[in-house]
Amino acid sequence: MSEANASATRITPGNALRPEDIALLDTKPSDAVAQYALWLGDDALILAQRLGWWISRAPELEEDVALANIALDQIGHARSFLTYAGRAWDKTEDDLAYFRREPEFRSVHLVEQPNGDFARTIARQFVVALYQWELYSRLVGSSDPTLAAIAAKAVKEVDYHRDHSIQWILRLAQGTDESRRRMIAGLKLTWPYVEELFTDYPLVDELGDAGVRPSTLREPFDAAVRAILVEAELEPPEVPGSVGGGRLGRHSEHLGYIIAELQVLAREYPGASW
Amino acid sequence: MTGGSTTGDDGAKAPSSGPQEPRAAWPLWEVFVRSSRGLSHVHAGSLHAPDAQMALRNARDLYTRRNEGVSLWVVPATSIITSDPDAKDQFFESPQGKDYRHATYYTKSEGVKHL
Repeated sequence: MSEANASATRITPGNALRPEDIALLDTKPSDAVAQYALWLGDDALILAQRLGWWISRAPELEEDVALANIALDQIGHARSFLTYAGRAWDKTEDDLAYFRREPEFRSVHLVEQPNGDFARTIARQFVVALYQWELYSRLVGSSDPTLAAIAAKAVKEVDYHRDHSIQWILRLAQGTDESRRRMIAGLKLTWPYVEELFTDYPLVDELGDAGVRPSTLREPFDAAVRAILVEAELEPPEVPGSVGGGRLGRHSEHLGYIIAELQVLAREYPGASW
Repeated sequence: MTGGSTTGDDGAKAPSSGPQEPRAAWPLWEVFVRSSRGLSHVHAGSLHAPDAQMALRNARDLYTRRNEGVSLWVVPATSIITSDPDAKDQFFESPQGKDYRHATYYTKSEGVKHL
């Protein structure tokens, strides 16, 4: 956006692609691309629902707003990805968010993990943000122009999420004995769910240049994590990976409760708006 | 909230509510936002943050979320020296009645062009 027409009353910044624009596209994604969009959209949607819990519960009012902003960014990404996925099956973003059952969600286990204390949430944010940044910064080169456009908007926002989590990792790790203890515990609880992010399921082979092969993100992710943990004087936790399977619709016990809360209003009052 | 000041007007007061250990509130920062290039930074409000870098990020989250700014300053509230409201008379009344301090007080001399 040019600075000349920037103003406090302008709601939609710049020329970023909005979900409403995606819904009007002439092109439909292939089934494989739509499934892939579901992966990324469900990660963002479930993470946003988890983060929303912090509103009014964060350590300070300022942090309430910071986490709420991050959640809203993620909802924005989810709306774009789900709208695009829905184009393949004549479904709206709401159809997909509110009227799918648990095994139809394609999110990874990491995003459904409990918030725990603030340090555990920061540990989860740290992993998600670094992963999403590596992913979106490559997805901008996708052969699918809609995925590339969604990624171009998302990568800038996720860059801020990355910074937010890193600032807190450094402060909690080097704050008091108690904050350091909690940061180490938070990373340990989060780490089993890292491996699943980089698993190449068969769908990846059908995407060609439209998607990003998850396993190729592992090295840059590890390097970025290592740099921050060294600065924070922390060790990467040595814990075995979890079973995973979120991309195949196999979830932990947490997701059912999350989508029950997410969907109850839309299912109780179909077509409700507010 | 679990204690601690969040309203921005009692930064030095220790939190008292709740059974947990009382902890010091984060210090108060004043936020200045520049809305576009060429304009000056304008005071937007205040916030709490543990240090300067976090204050800058909190300012981004609290005061630029509707596209208000292109640049931010944060200043520790304790670094701002304010005039005393009770000393308004000796501070601000003196210029009243001194119209000759305004250019418009003077009449243009004959023959002066381009004024």
